[in-house]
Amino acid sequence: MTYSHPEKSCAITGIGQSVISRAAEKSALGLTVDAAMQAIEDAGLRREDIDGVSTWPGGLGDGTGFSPIGIPALQDALRLKLNWYANTRETAGQFGALFLAIMAVHARLCRHVLVFRTMYQATARKAGLVNASFQPGARVHDKMVWHAPYHAYVAATQQALYFARYVHESGIRPEQVAQVAINGRRNAALNPAAVYRKPLTLDEYMAAPYISTPLRIFDCDVPIDGSTAIIVSHRENAGDLPNPVLHIEAIGASMQYRNSWSQLQELATQAQPKVAEMMWSRTDLKPADVDVAELYDGFSFHTINWLENFGFCNRFEAGEFIEGGTRIALDGELPINTNGGALSAGRMHAYGQIHEACVQLWGRGGERQVKGDPAVAALSTAGGPLAGCFLLVRS
Amino acid sequence: MSTPTPSRRPLPVLDIDNRSFWTGGGTGKLMITSCVDCDYLIHPPTDFCPVCESRRVAPKAVSGQATIISLTVNYRAWYPDLPVPYVVALVALAEQPEVQLITNIVDCDPLEPRIGDRVRVKFEQCEEVFVPLFVLDRGA
Repeated sequence: MTYSHPEKSCAITGIGQSVISRAAEKSALGLTVDAAMQAIEDAGLRREDIDGVSTWPGGLGDGTGFSPIGIPALQDALRLKLNWYANTRETAGQFGALFLAIMAVHARLCRHVLVFRTMYQATARKAGLVNASFQPGARVHDKMVWHAPYHAYVAATQQALYFARYVHESGIRPEQVAQVAINGRRNAALNPAAVYRKPLTLDEYMAAPYISTPLRIFDCDVPIDGSTAIIVSHRENAGDLPNPVLHIEAIGASMQYRNSWSQLQELATQAQPKVAEMMWSRTDLKPADVDVAELYDGFSFHTINWLENFGFCNRFEAGEFIEGGTRIALDGELPINTNGGALSAGRMHAYGQIHEACVQLWGRGGERQVKGDPAVAALSTAGGPLAGCFLLVRS
Repeated sequence: MSTPTPSRRPLPVLDIDNRSFWTGGGTGKLMITSCVDCDYLIHPPTDFCPVCESRRVAPKAVSGQATIISLTVNYRAWYPDLPVPYVVALVALAEQPEVQLITNIVDCDPLEPRIGDRVRVKFEQCEEVFVPLFVLDRGA
């Protein structure tokens, strides 16, 4: 069979996730092995079937827990024999590793790729290693020279500049923004694996301290220790496996804007519109066909931006769309971030979103399962000059 | 309340491209790399003009006037002795608004600046670096 676009030849055939926590009882490698072995088993495969590995961004070895485990550590721990492997950091956000895997599978370099993401930031922070961007007193290099002298070295401060512009142009109100965090917590209460499960009230949200205006603490995702793995297989190799085939219907991976945190001109929309446009150009599906949306919520405003840029609502009308939270709830017209998202289930950097989309499309959601047998999921990641998205469809 | 001047700014490593930007304040001027052939301001600085493809570039003094296009009041102390709150802004240069500088707005109450406000440059010397900061241009 031939496919109109390479991604349509690929399917997600298995998923795995370690315990996600604020204080791991295992090493980062141990968590990664947990996720990987679970995903391999879930796909009905064995270690020797895995002939490709990709990850984002690759092992950094900087002690910050941002990406402690790279391909070599996992390959050696599992004694994998690979025909292809690669990581990539300069790509369409965290989904870049998935998109690489798609290309490798489509090119027949390999049959079953293990894609993983591991974070160990909760433990690293306890050790005092919060930020690798600079050490006080040390000079900063390269692109950080344009931010760090102004104490804008963390994502929250940099991205607050985009969100402040969005608030300025859209007029969105804080009690509307709050619905992203409240919705996440409501869903997390039904997800035993989520980190924060206690319901969040509007009053609690509004009373919470600012990190960097307009970002309040509940607008920021929670650093965790954890690992998530997915198996990407060619559809021709997926049909005999136990799980219903979930194929990649379309991806958005473009870079049509200035790829710079300070020079991106489209502050209020970030780099998402043309990325979403690319995705929709590669499918006959429309926003109305989407049953569930797992939208990046590293910060709540990302989710708000993606609602608009995917076309689920009009430009600058997301506040109205999420007001009161009913439309985005599990029983709403567009359930979003059904596992609690990164805000409540933990910062799995969009790999939590992939895992959860599969859970929903395979009907494994338990108490948080979206009704009506959802078959089409929209997923997105990243912010600022980075963006990536795709549609996942039960074939 | 006035905005505390954040202490211990992480300073840039200077290189061939960025040195004029970070040291121009020594003569009181905000220096932006400019195309010699078409006057386009190239920031971050490189020796290639993306408009006319000229390789002839040179630092050029600009007015130091700009407009706040976004801002955030940062309340979290990212390391223990960092004074908060402080204002981080993105300002667009008067001469060519697509040149956007991340900066601090100083010498004012952190809650005073607004998107759309006119600002002008001032410099804070830290070792050999003159960090361009901006203040509200109350005469504008």
